[in-house]
Amino acid sequence: MTAGLRARIKAEWERSKVSYMFVGPFLLLFTVFTVVPVVLSIVLSFTDFNTLQPPKWVGLQNYIRLFLDDDVFQIAVKNTFIFAAVTGPLSYLLCFIFAWLINELRPGVRALLTLLFYAPSISGNAYMIWHYIFSGDMYGYLNGVLLKWGIIDKPLQWLIEPEYIMPIVVMVALWMSLGTSFLVFIAGLQGLDPTLFEAAAIDGVRNRWQELWYITLPSMKSYLMFGAILTITNSFAAAGQITNLVGYPSTDYAAHTVMQHLQDYGNIRYEMGYASTIAVVLFVTMVTAQRVVQRLLGKLGQ
Amino acid sequence: MKHLLYRQRVNRSASVDFVIFVFLAGGAIFTALPLVFAISNAFKPLNELFLFPPQFFVRNPTLQNFADLFTLMRQSWVPMSRYITNSLIIVIGGMAGNLLFGSMAAYALSKHDFFGRHFINSLIVLSLMFAPAVVRIPNYLTIAWLGWIDTYWAVIVPAWASTLGLYLLKNFIDAMVDDSLLEAARIDGASEFFIYRKIVMPIVKPAWLTLIILTFQQLWGVTGSEFIYTENYKTLPYALDQIVRGGIARQGVGAAAALIMMAVPIVVFVINQSRIVETMGTSGIK
Repeated sequence: MTAGLRARIKAEWERSKVSYMFVGPFLLLFTVFTVVPVVLSIVLSFTDFNTLQPPKWVGLQNYIRLFLDDDVFQIAVKNTFIFAAVTGPLSYLLCFIFAWLINELRPGVRALLTLLFYAPSISGNAYMIWHYIFSGDMYGYLNGVLLKWGIIDKPLQWLIEPEYIMPIVVMVALWMSLGTSFLVFIAGLQGLDPTLFEAAAIDGVRNRWQELWYITLPSMKSYLMFGAILTITNSFAAAGQITNLVGYPSTDYAAHTVMQHLQDYGNIRYEMGYASTIAVVLFVTMVTAQRVVQRLLGKLGQ
Repeated sequence: MKHLLYRQRVNRSASVDFVIFVFLAGGAIFTALPLVFAISNAFKPLNELFLFPPQFFVRNPTLQNFADLFTLMRQSWVPMSRYITNSLIIVIGGMAGNLLFGSMAAYALSKHDFFGRHFINSLIVLSLMFAPAVVRIPNYLTIAWLGWIDTYWAVIVPAWASTLGLYLLKNFIDAMVDDSLLEAARIDGASEFFIYRKIVMPIVKPAWLTLIILTFQQLWGVTGSEFIYTENYKTLPYALDQIVRGGIARQGVGAAAALIMMAVPIVVFVINQSRIVETMGTSGIK
């Protein structure tokens, strides 16, 4: 190490000592519990690792197997893209629209409506109510009603027949989509400076739609990006609620997602090398989607 | 009616206000289903839970489910208060660390300029998109190596490293805290810690109140069974789950337990939401 470089490092440390002290504790935890494990699993994606024997280097074999030999993965990719393409944009819009609309209500009314909209997310498994509704026997609410009205003459297997599974899963996902992003949007909207809107009214903004496009959306960019990342993660990595709703595996893999495929190999078969390969592929997909959304959000208010 | 519902704003037409109100009410009825259903179910006698055709609302409300639940809780080998204490330790411990370390880092990453800042920021965004399922085993090994298996730390410390919270706080600091305000404070001789504690954190109060709701909810549901084996250290969700698993006759007890589990996050949510509103009404810092 040259003396000049050493002096520059020392100067930078002197200048930013306080900043490093602020970031330090978190950075340590983040490195130990996230960065190292993630790097490790990227390395593992090139190995054969059953968690008992030491990993064996196999090069690109896992990737080749995933894309060429794994028929179930093909189904999972198709399902995941359909699921993400429908629930992602729709749930994002719903979060923003509802947050935006209730923002103008009086505090008490707003708090109540926020609670009601957020209700599906508040209890970890509130969506299991749909299990009662779509239950395949005659105790299921939907079957009960349809039988009573004479629309069907025997109970339908809503959660077992492949053609119903995907629509139901998508509907439940939309129903519970007013989650974290929704709360963040509300808090963000609350933080906007009211004088901005008064000034805009003087400058010729005439209705709420102009106000939304020229003032609200551009000042919300930072929150919108946060919401976008969460929405992308939720829609591409959906698994838990699908398993609980339609079982694992779903009939004919009708709702099999990439994340479920990953958990199958990681948590059940303990093929960690292969599971890591799926994680890397999923990761690259989500990062690509995030880049696209970032570009779109950059165009707001222009 | 209008004055009861809306704050006075410029540029609003009454007819659109009405349409929006109807739209909101419809949405609220649809999303309120699980709350109504959970409350209704908890008060249903067993025969109503298995009625045909099934009923959404309870007809003859009873407190029997709660009575049964408390009887079962008293019979448990480890006293219930112990499970509740364990849950509170994990929730409060995890939340406090995440808030403290996360907000400190968020402040520096948002407002300080230092070597590695952009790199760390992009790492944090990227980390949000990596499937947690595959880091389970490395994390288990780390926790075992630290000797934290079968202790609260195994659940609490990883919660401190949650990037979601940090990223949330950082975005709010980016958007809400004006650089000129911090400059003014520095000129007046305020230390960085003072600025963080007395200027930045009060401004982004809506952000950390929201974060408290989120972390509370997340940690409240933690069973910890992956790391914690000793019955004395297990949490409330775990204990209730064991009780409810006693078979189909426990369906009523299960409904009562589900309502109790749900009630606590709702209370935290309502308190925090009303405080978010309060801050925004009174803060004069621009």
